[in-house]
Amino acid sequence: MELDMERFRQIFLQECAENLDVLEAELLAMEAGLTDDDAINKVFRAAHSIKGGAGTFGLGEMSRFTHHLETLLDELRSHKRQPTPALVALMLKATDVIARMRDDAAAGGTGQSPDAASVSAQLEAALGAADSEVAAATAEPLDDGHSPWQLVFTPYSDILASGNDPVRLLRELAELGLVASQCNFGKLYDDDFDPQLCYLSWTLTGPGDIARQDIIEIFDWVEDECDVVLTRQAPTAQSGAALAEPQAEAPEVAPAATASAISASADKTAPARAVAAEQSIRIDIRKIDQLINLVGELVITQSMLASLEGIDGLDTQERFAKGLSLLKNNTKALQESVLGIRMLPISFAFNRFPRLVRDISQQLGKEVNLKLVGEQTELDKTVLERITDPLVHMVRNALDHGIETPELRCQKGKAPGGTLTLSARHEGGNVVIDIQDDGAGLSRDKLWQKACEKALPLTRDRRLDELSDAQVFDLIFAPGFSTAAAVSDLSGRGVGMDVVKRNISELGGSVEIQSQLGRGTLFRIRLPLTMAILDGQLVAVGEELFVIPLINIVESLKLDPQCLLKAGGGVVFYQLRQQMLPVLWLSQLLGTRGEPGAMPLLCVVEAAGRKLGLVVDALLAQQQVVIKSLEQNFRRLPGISGATILGDGQVCLILDVPALVALHVGQQGDSDAISAA
Amino acid sequence: MTRILAADDSASIREMVQFTLESAGFDVQCAEDGAKALELARVSQYDVVISDVNMPNLDGIGLTKALRALPGYQFTPILILTTESSAEKKAEGKGAGATGWIVKPFNPDTLLKTVNKVR
Repeated sequence: MELDMERFRQIFLQECAENLDVLEAELLAMEAGLTDDDAINKVFRAAHSIKGGAGTFGLGEMSRFTHHLETLLDELRSHKRQPTPALVALMLKATDVIARMRDDAAAGGTGQSPDAASVSAQLEAALGAADSEVAAATAEPLDDGHSPWQLVFTPYSDILASGNDPVRLLRELAELGLVASQCNFGKLYDDDFDPQLCYLSWTLTGPGDIARQDIIEIFDWVEDECDVVLTRQAPTAQSGAALAEPQAEAPEVAPAATASAISASADKTAPARAVAAEQSIRIDIRKIDQLINLVGELVITQSMLASLEGIDGLDTQERFAKGLSLLKNNTKALQESVLGIRMLPISFAFNRFPRLVRDISQQLGKEVNLKLVGEQTELDKTVLERITDPLVHMVRNALDHGIETPELRCQKGKAPGGTLTLSARHEGGNVVIDIQDDGAGLSRDKLWQKACEKALPLTRDRRLDELSDAQVFDLIFAPGFSTAAAVSDLSGRGVGMDVVKRNISELGGSVEIQSQLGRGTLFRIRLPLTMAILDGQLVAVGEELFVIPLINIVESLKLDPQCLLKAGGGVVFYQLRQQMLPVLWLSQLLGTRGEPGAMPLLCVVEAAGRKLGLVVDALLAQQQVVIKSLEQNFRRLPGISGATILGDGQVCLILDVPALVALHVGQQGDSDAISAA
Repeated sequence: MTRILAADDSASIREMVQFTLESAGFDVQCAEDGAKALELARVSQYDVVISDVNMPNLDGIGLTKALRALPGYQFTPILILTTESSAEKKAEGKGAGATGWIVKPFNPDTLLKTVNKVR
C-alpha cells in the first residue's frame, strides 16, 4: 500500500520532542528524589512511545538506541533496580542522544547522533549484559522440499474465547494451497454440547512446494491453543517416513523472523532525501473554537449587509452603518484571534532551563535553585524562538558570574544555595522577562576598571562618579567586554552580551540591568508580543510615506538648522540639549521623489542604546500596521524591515531602525554610543 | 463496513493507523488510552479492536480483560500492538484474552494484512 509516511513522520517528530521533554523533566525530578511509580510509568511510556514510533517511521537507529533506555526504565518500573544518581545521569545523557537523533531526523537525516555508540555502550554496561538482540531466523528443519504436506490441526475447545476462529486459519491455509481433506466432529453430538466451544479438528493436505515457515506462521497466534502436526507425506512406501515435527519449537521462529522482516521494510519506507523540516504548531482547541465562532459572526454580518443591497431609505442607511461597525468589530476580533494562534506559552523556552541550570551548576560546583514564574505567559512563536538563545546566554552568565560558590556565599552570610528566578508577564502590549539572581551583583569599580583597560569611548574624559548606575551596568553590553578573569568554557563562547543586546533589539525589544553589589542582579527584557503587527508612526518624506516603529521613537521635534554641526567626511551632527546626535536625511538615504518640506522635523530614534536623528517632512497618523515581508514578496532592502499596506491601498515601507542605527552610528567609530544612552 | 476500534496514546501511531485503515475502507474510531476505548466499546459494538500495551489510565492488557468481560465482546478479535522485546507481554496479552498481536514497528501493509486476517 502506497502511503505518504512522511506526514506521519512529521507528527511523530513533534510527538517525540514532547516525549523527550517528559523524559527530561521526570528524570530531573527523579534526580531530586521527587518521584513515584506514576512518574516512572510516565517516563517509561515516553521512552516506549519514542522507540515504537521511531521504528515505525523508519528511524531504526533511534529505535534501537531507545530500546536500551526503555529496558533500564522497565527495570526501575518493576523495582528490579533503584534510580542511583549515576544511573539517572546516564539516562539524561541518553535523552540528549535521542534528542540529537530527533533533530537529525527533523533535518532530513536518518536519525544519527555522534555519541550514540558510546552512550549505548554505557547503557548496555549498566544493564549488566548486552541485550540479546533478536536472534536471526534459525535454519529451517531439514526436509526434502517437495513431498506433499499433511497437516493435522486440532484446536483446543476454548480457542474461540481468544477471538481466534478456526475458520480464519483454514481460510489462510487454503490461500496457501492446503485443503481440508477430512473433518473430525469430535464430541459435537454429545448431550453436553456447549455452543461456545470448538469441537472440530481437521486434516489438510497440500502441495510440497509450500515453505514450512509459511504454514507454521499461520498458527503464530494460536500456538498454545491448538495442536498442529505438520508432516511430509512419504511419496513412496519407504520406511522412515517423515516424522511428525513437534509443533512446539517451530513457532518460536516465526515472531523473530516477522520482526526482523518488518523492521527491514520499515527502514525502506524512510525517505533518504533531505526534507526541510515542516513547521507546525500545536494549538489549544479553545482558540480554534473561538476562531470558528468569529468566522460565524462574520458570515452573519456579511449576509446582513448583503440583504441591504438595492434598498434605499434612511432606515437602510442606519442599518448599513450598524452593519459596518459590526464588521469592524468582528474583523478586529478575528485578527486578534488569528494572531493568537501563533502565541505560545513561554514555557516552551523556560522548560529547557531546569536541565541547563542543573548541568551548569554541577559543572561549576554551585548550588542553584531555579524558580520559574509566569510560564503560561504567551508570546508570538517567532519572538519566542528568537529570544531563547539570548535567554540561555543570560542564564549561563548569571550562573557563571552572578551566583557564588557555596563557600563564598557562606562567608558572606548567605544561604549556600543561590536562587535564580526566571519570570515572564504581560505589561501593556509587551512581554517582560526577568532574569534575577541573588548572587554577587555588579561592581561599578570593576566594570569601570575593565572599561578603562579596553579604552571604551565612555571612559574618555569622564570620571566614574559622573555616571549613573545604569550607564555603568550598560558597559557589559559593549562589544568585547567580559568581566570574567579568564574566558571560561561557559560564557566565553565568542558570543558576548553585545550579541544578546543586539538580538533583543532586532526583535524590537530592550534590556535593562538593575544590580546591587552583594545582593544580586536583575536583567529585565521587554519584547513586543508579536512581530506580525506593530504600532507605527507614519511619516512623510517628500511625496512618499514611511512607517517608523513607535517603540524606536524617543521624541520628535522641529529641526533647528542652527543646531546642525558638520563634521569631517560629510557627517552631520545635531546638538540636542547636551548630546550630539548623528543625523540622517531620509530623502537622501531613500532617494524619495518630491520637494523637501519647508519645515523639516527631526525624529529621534533609538536602538540598542544608541540614538540617531532622522529628518522627515511631516509626522502623520500613528497606527497599527500589519507587517508584510519584503524578502518574500520582493527582496531584502538594507534599512527596511518590511512593508505594509495602508487603508487607501498604498504600499508603505517600514524603516528598520536597529539596522539604520547600527549602520550610521557604528560607522563613526562607536561615536560615544553609550553616552548617548 | 467493518468497524475498528484502535487505542494508542501516541498521536502519530493513531493517525497512521486511522489513515491506513480508513484508506482501506474500514470505519475507524480512535481512543487515546484504554479507559477511553472501553467507554467507546460500552456504547457501541466494534468488529475488531487494536490496542497498544503501554497507555495511561488503562493499559492494553487491562482493556483486553475488560472487553472480554463485556457482553458482545466475548469473541471479538482483539489485536495487541506489541514490541519485539516483550515476549512476556504477548503471553500476558494471550492470558487476558487477546486474539493476536501486531509487532512494532509495523508499517501500513503489515497492519492491513493483520487486520484482514481477523475481520
